[in-house]
Amino acid sequence: MFQVQRSPEIHDVVVIGSGAGGGTTVKVLTEKGVKVTLIEAGPMLNPNKDFKEHMWPWEVDHRGVGPNAENYFGKDIYPFGYFLAPNGYWNIPGEPFTVAEGSEFKWFRSRITGGRTNHYGRISLRFADYDFKPYSFDGLGTDWPITYDEMAPWYDKAEDFIGITGTREGIRSAPDGKFLPPIPPRVHEQLVMRAGKKLNIPVIPSRMAMLTKSIHGRAACHYCGQCGRGCRTASAFTSSQAMIFPAMKTGNLSIINNAMARELLVDDNGRVKAVSYIDKTTKTEKQIRCRAVVVAASACESARLLLNSKSTKFPNGIANGSGQVGRNLTDTVGYSLGGNVPALEGMMRHNSDGIGGMHVYVPWWELDKKNKDFPRGYHIEISGGYGMPQIGSFRGVAAKAEGYGSRLKDAIRQSYGAQVSFAGRGEMIPNEHSFCEIDPTVVDQWGIPVLKFSFRWSEYEVKMVQHMHRTFTDLIQAMGGTPNAKPFPQNASAVSVGGEIIHEAGTVKMGSDPKTSVLNKYSQAHEVRNLTVVDAAPFNGNPDKNVTLTIVANAWRSAEHLADEMKKGEV
Amino acid sequence: MDDVSRRELFRIVGQSMVLTAAGVGVLEPALAQHVHVALADAKSLSGGPNFVPKAFTKHQFATLRHLAELIVPGATESGAAEYIDFLSSRNTDLAAIFNGGFIWLDLYMTKKYGADFLTAKPAQQTEMLDKLAYRANRSVDVAGGVQFWTWTRNMVVDAYYTSPAGVKDVGFMGNGAMSEFSVPKEAVEYVMKRSPFANEG
Repeated sequence: MFQVQRSPEIHDVVVIGSGAGGGTTVKVLTEKGVKVTLIEAGPMLNPNKDFKEHMWPWEVDHRGVGPNAENYFGKDIYPFGYFLAPNGYWNIPGEPFTVAEGSEFKWFRSRITGGRTNHYGRISLRFADYDFKPYSFDGLGTDWPITYDEMAPWYDKAEDFIGITGTREGIRSAPDGKFLPPIPPRVHEQLVMRAGKKLNIPVIPSRMAMLTKSIHGRAACHYCGQCGRGCRTASAFTSSQAMIFPAMKTGNLSIINNAMARELLVDDNGRVKAVSYIDKTTKTEKQIRCRAVVVAASACESARLLLNSKSTKFPNGIANGSGQVGRNLTDTVGYSLGGNVPALEGMMRHNSDGIGGMHVYVPWWELDKKNKDFPRGYHIEISGGYGMPQIGSFRGVAAKAEGYGSRLKDAIRQSYGAQVSFAGRGEMIPNEHSFCEIDPTVVDQWGIPVLKFSFRWSEYEVKMVQHMHRTFTDLIQAMGGTPNAKPFPQNASAVSVGGEIIHEAGTVKMGSDPKTSVLNKYSQAHEVRNLTVVDAAPFNGNPDKNVTLTIVANAWRSAEHLADEMKKGEV
Repeated sequence: MDDVSRRELFRIVGQSMVLTAAGVGVLEPALAQHVHVALADAKSLSGGPNFVPKAFTKHQFATLRHLAELIVPGATESGAAEYIDFLSSRNTDLAAIFNGGFIWLDLYMTKKYGADFLTAKPAQQTEMLDKLAYRANRSVDVAGGVQFWTWTRNMVVDAYYTSPAGVKDVGFMGNGAMSEFSVPKEAVEYVMKRSPFANEG
């Protein structure tokens, strides 16, 4: 007989999800002596076993293409390559989602302690003053119920703790923070700096969550450039290693792994009284009672949990009186273009690994320009250098060079390290066509109704990638290079697919008016005081600054507020 | 890298960087270099003459070894044929491409030169490859071999450049550990001199 197991004990706080938001909440609360139970849908992370840092491709028979040649056939069990840190997927067997007709959407999910922070790009940019007040700035989107000045001290805390490289530049679109020393630019990056100077485009030291100095007992970076594979010395930030593992030592944290949150259960007063989850190991439902719940399951997963938590009091999903849960879905606008730069050919070989990712980047530089044909802006990420050869590294060169034998080898040697690529990461304006909702006809293998996505780029985003194409072409040509053949972007199909940049946000937004928003300025639900959401779901916009740093700062602020309210007996 | 050398790396990194009393990571450059060399110093990846192929006949495998060497000199020692055989034994779509390709190739060669690919004269072998390898040369009669060619070339390139020999050939010098990151001045000067910014000083 199917029996629900209910724990009689009442837990202080149950946190759902162990990524940036959940990890921060766990850290802040356990340090204050609050007893926290963390629910994670995947297994525990073991960096020594799971991270493939420093492995050469020849250490596995399949060299990284997958033991059944999966990546040759577009089967994405290793979406960013076999050597990437575990574990995240575009498609999880048994856990589908659906996409509305006429829409395209990709949804990257991690199921492991630390979530997507185990392998994220670690670009750490503060949102600017106007990012918190987008409507006041240009009449599009909605304002956050907080200002940059209110968030700034929390950015300070987050940066002090995480450890972020950078320099003070005084640029409005890229507010300065508390930085560790920057890292010297690689050769191709110095070339880009020259091109930028010529074109009046600022190229400044990147702001990345890697330790150029040892802090908080975490070792300084050893510059192998493999942060995406996971870092055993925890010199690149992860929620798992920097926040959750230390919290386990406080004695205040219990972790339940392989637990898929299913529903939030409410009492007669409409407050969360328990979390229902599926224990994936036994395939049974379990419930844990709690004083408060913090949802940090990732923007869309959190919206899904709220929408699936229906009761007499909340027939449209918990805390969803505004109808805003699942709405305002945004992702980052992505577009890239690379080129061959002959000046780099034949350069003396050297180790260009550095930190994983760019050492310099371009913050948005046309904030004050009048008569632009799209609102807001984008930043530019730069890649190049001598990467470790991987499966597929030279496929393009081989196809272009044709031939075989020593001629082919020469072409590969010549091209190696001579490619420079630019990736634009821009702000999408929330629109009424982009949202997620429950698909009433499909449940996953845990019996939980799944999400259905609707997504549409507007003309703003198309105009933005056109601007990117022109800018990247200019930069490559200024270096004396030739852009790779790529047609000028004509319509929305040239923009990255929604979800592809993995910066989903906005689906449980905060605001001062309960009629038009779900959460208050502390990310607590207007209607349910003991329910907090702290991933990127509360965001009122999705500026051209990667979401993680702001998730951490906002979750930190929210956790301290929750601890205060619990102390006062208000929660 | 075997387990011992990986353990060694983390022992070095751990001792030199995590435990430094001042909290500043210091890694001796000599040690860092030692790590890189130790890691890259791997043996030949070829299975040798007694290797028993899993997905192909002995003749097909010998053909593949020879083809690999023609495509990228050094690829045989880098285990390119073993790599393709291994994956073909685990993926039926891949096995079909190669099995069909070997049969197509030998039929074509026999019809044209009276000998299969392996026993044909070197000039006949390269005449065949020239027809497949250059888009402009691809006459209608070799259309059936193009898919096989493309897969073979791509996988041989993949195998070679993911081997110690290939890594050395392009000159990749990373995957080590160092206490600080620096960029050689000579490299910057070389590039700037060749760039449009040569006269900007």
